[in-house]
This record gives sequence, C-alpha cells and structure tokens, in this order.
Amino acid sequence: MDKVPILKMGDTLILAIQVELHDKMAIRLQEDILKEIHDTGARGLVIDVSALEVVDSFMGRVLSDTASMAGIMGVETALVGIRPEIAITLQEMGLELKGVHFALNLEKGMELLQNIGEIFYGED
Amino acid sequence: MEKIKEVVINNSEDVILARQAAREMARETGFGLADQTRITTAVSELSRNIYLYAGTGRVIIRALSKNLKKGMEIVAEDRGPGIPDVEMALQNGYSTNRSLGQGLPGTKRLMDEFEIKSEVGVGTTVTIRKWL
Repeated sequence: MDKVPILKMGDTLILAIQVELHDKMAIRLQEDILKEIHDTGARGLVIDVSALEVVDSFMGRVLSDTASMAGIMGVETALVGIRPEIAITLQEMGLELKGVHFALNLEKGMELLQNIGEIFYGED
Repeated sequence: MEKIKEVVINNSEDVILARQAAREMARETGFGLADQTRITTAVSELSRNIYLYAGTGRVIIRALSKNLKKGMEIVAEDRGPGIPDVEMALQNGYSTNRSLGQGLPGTKRLMDEFEIKSEVGVGTTVTIRKWL
C-alpha cells in the first residue's frame, strides 16, 4: 500500500497512518490531505497515528506543518492515538507539535473537534 | 558471538530499513518498549542526516556486552561535507535543512552516550550508545 486512504464523516476527514512512511510518502500525504480538504470543504481533520512505532523530528514536523496548513484553510486538526513510548520520546527530544489538538483515540478526537466546531460555528 | 548489522543509506527508504534493524536488535538485546523507541528514533535521525546532508553513508548497529553490562552501539558515518560548527549543530533549533533542527540535540538526549567527529570536506561520524 503506498497511499493512505482519507475518509469523510460528516464535516470531518479521517485518516489512519497504518504503515511507516518514508519522507517522500509523508510529504505526498500532506499534499493529498490539503487537496482533500479543499475538494470536500471539511471543517475538521483527524489523524490517527496509533499504528506508528516511531515519530522522529521529520515526521513530527510534517504532522505539525500539516495541521498549520489545514489551519490556514480553516480546518482544525486532532492527532489521536499517540503511543506512550512515542509521547516519552517526543517530550525527551524537545519536539513540540504546534497547531495540533490531541486526543487519546479516534472517538475522543471526533468529540473534541465537534466541541470546537460548536464553539466556532454554533450548533447547526 | 558479536551481533552486528550494517545498513547502507542512500535514500529515505533506507532510513526505514535502518530503524527496523535497530528496533529488532534493541528487542533482542532486551530493551523495553520505551528504550526500543528511543533507540529507533535516534537511528532514524542519524540515518536521515546522512541522506539529507551527505547523500550516502552507512549505519552500523552493534550489540554490546561489557562486564555484566549489556547495551547497543550505533555508528552513523558518511563522507559528506562535514559540519563546520559541531557545537552549534548540537544546539536546539539549529538546522540548515528541512527538519526541526532538533535531530542531533534530540538524539543526544535520547541516548546514554553520544560522540560526534566531523571534519569539513572529510565527513561525519556519530557514535551513540544505550545501556540496558
């Protein structure tokens, strides 16, 4: 598999990174996500990284950049499913993922984005 | 019996091979999940530096046994341009390329021992160790 499927549920795009991405794949995924946001008019983006065993400075940067870019397009991003050992490693390395909301799992990430959406757009 | 693995780094796919090799040896050496992840992440940073800055090089992963201590050593070496100011490269936020500039200082913090030798025009060798 060389493409990460991006699903849409209501106003939210959901993708689960299931394989170790090499750098070019990560950059291509970033472009795919932004295009999908543009094409679908989504308001939220949930990225599930629970299958990732390593998040190094490059991957951290790509995730953080993607959230910032999505932010400029009016979309809030939730990063969900960060494993304990990855949380430890990111913190020890001093890597800050900016512009991202965090949630424990997919369900909580969806809830979080829904709450943010209600604050910004009101209930509709 | 000495366990040793060598991964030649030419591109970003090789970075994944290097970290898989590191993860496997860390597991076999008996490191827990957090340390396996620290080691794998450090190897990822060093291998990426090789292909980003030098284009080509190699990563040598070795299981260590010293008296009763067990551990792992990783040597990442290239014959690239070298780092003009190593001190600066070890400071947070320093980067000449597309990374967070935290690859080297981050790697140092994840490991127990960290040595770097770099000479402009000759190349760079980074040696890291983690003890069980």
